[in-house]
Amino acid sequence: MKLAVASGKGGTGKTTVAVSLALCATGNVQYMDCDVEEPNGHLFLKPQITERITCKVTVPVINEEKCTYCGKCRDICRFNAITVFGKTIMAFPELCHACRGCFLVCDEKAIDEGEREVGVVEKGSAGSISFCHGKLRIGEAMSPPLIKAVKKHIIKDALVILDAPPGTTCPVIATVKDADYVILVTEPTPFGLNDLKLAVGVLRKLDIPFSVIINRHGIGDDRVERWCAEEGIDIKMKIPFDRKIAEGYAKAQPLVETRTDLRASFEQLLEEIRQ
Amino acid sequence: MKEIVVLSGKGGTGKTTMMGSLAVIVPDKIIADCDVDAADLHLLLEPEIKEKHDFVSGVEAEVIPDKCTGCGTCVELCKWEAITLDETAYVEPLDCEGCGVCAHFCPEEAIMLKDKHCGYWFKSETPYGPFVHAQLGIGEENSGKLVSLVKNKAKEWGEELGKKWVIVDGAPGIGCPVIASLSGAHAVLLITEPTPSGLHDMGRVLELTAHFKIPTFVCVNKWDLHPEGAKAIEDHCDKNNVAVIGHLPYDPCVVKAMVQGKPVVSLFADSPVSVAIKEVWQKLSSILS
Ligand code: SF4
Ligand code: SF4
Ligand code: SF4
Ligand code: SF4
Repeated sequence: MKLAVASGKGGTGKTTVAVSLALCATGNVQYMDCDVEEPNGHLFLKPQITERITCKVTVPVINEEKCTYCGKCRDICRFNAITVFGKTIMAFPELCHACRGCFLVCDEKAIDEGEREVGVVEKGSAGSISFCHGKLRIGEAMSPPLIKAVKKHIIKDALVILDAPPGTTCPVIATVKDADYVILVTEPTPFGLNDLKLAVGVLRKLDIPFSVIINRHGIGDDRVERWCAEEGIDIKMKIPFDRKIAEGYAKAQPLVETRTDLRASFEQLLEEIRQ
Repeated sequence: MKEIVVLSGKGGTGKTTMMGSLAVIVPDKIIADCDVDAADLHLLLEPEIKEKHDFVSGVEAEVIPDKCTGCGTCVELCKWEAITLDETAYVEPLDCEGCGVCAHFCPEEAIMLKDKHCGYWFKSETPYGPFVHAQLGIGEENSGKLVSLVKNKAKEWGEELGKKWVIVDGAPGIGCPVIASLSGAHAVLLITEPTPSGLHDMGRVLELTAHFKIPTFVCVNKWDLHPEGAKAIEDHCDKNNVAVIGHLPYDPCVVKAMVQGKPVVSLFADSPVSVAIKEVWQKLSSILS
């Protein structure tokens, strides 16, 4: 089963929840951090990394000896990654989306396969939890190819906890698309509600079942709860606002270790979702 | 005109608090919300929308079933596995990257490429000055392009109005939206927290701003919750020749202001955090002037 933890915005406690779920689950569990721009789960799970795999995409390298400057490659590329003017041709590998269009249209076989490194996938384990995350290369703009590379390592038959990137755009979709269930983490403030509405919009569009966890319960007001009630959305858990939790977080201590009393609620939540 | 981008490694570090407050205290500026993926500055700034524009970007493939013979060429060529074949082909819009390869090679010309409507962008007036912002359609991509658009429109409008500053709310992360929000910036104000993830994410953003050679200044939010963590951030900045120009204390006024949907400096002008934010701006503006 694939269970994704997401939020409309970062900083709501998404990783806190994902890590807690991984630590409270029984049996075969895999924690997978798909927030490849800023992966944080490893800070709390402190896994031993045993394998590193570089993720690359195929980009064009022009062989000017064969090129006739016909411009077909430029015309098919919708991402402006190739320019041809007169007897000059230039490829911009950082703009390439790796669609392979240019390779296919070039009649002269003047385009060779090059590589662009997107980032690295790291695998290992934290106690009995299988661990996997991706780290986007600094300067690399496109995270979905790396997210897909991370997800190739999903262990079948395991309970897979996917820590999703924040937001509502392509990286989130790449993560949650084939999840069986999503938990949305939010905060009881107008901002939390705004971001929650966006995230709910995405999940409804994707038609994935979901429920909500309110983090830092008690800091704000009840507008998130009221909205969820109106929309018929289940609130599965409220994590209280507690300075001890904030301090534990600051020391990279997982929530369920700072507040062992919350373990039972996570275990129960997993039980409910599994059914 | 000078452009300052406010960033955080991730959301939740106080970036919106800082942005909302800068909107109040910085004189003679235009504001741009480039955090289009989960835009929420409008909740604080009460914009009155003056202009609403469509944001169209890229294309999306669509099969014309009457023309499709089900040959399967497109299915094989699509690198995103966005096309499935029953009797005729079908493109799943959420998976389509808009590369156009399928349309180019379809022997029956049975695939159209339609312009993709990805959202809206707005020019607004707020009690604190002009404001350019956007709303990305649910599940849409191209936030990098929308970010560039919002920023360029803000710059254009700012020039027209003769403004001195452009204050940009930057996107989180280190991928395309944040890269787009950095281009052409004079300085980055990076808000972080004294936590391991705050330090980790800040490190990644600093590498990125160094990569693009943009002067970066750090402000530590809620530093007093974990002074050793704040020290670790300072040490990291020292090592990388980055100046820490502010320490914001943990202050319950922040959440109170947030719940009321108002910038903290306007609601609680003399609270410790407001005083600290004003100092950050004094330093930053004198460094950049
Ligand atoms: S399609 Fe091939 S021959 Fe034509 S310009 Fe491109 S690389 Fe050169
Ligand atoms: S592979 Fe596609 S995106 Fe990359 S350069 Fe060629 S045509 Fe453009
Ligand atoms: S390539 Fe054209 S004709 Fe063949 S299956 Fe695809 S859409 Fe249909
Ligand atoms: S435009 Fe590209 S991504 Fe979209 S369906 Fe066609 S081949 Fe696939």
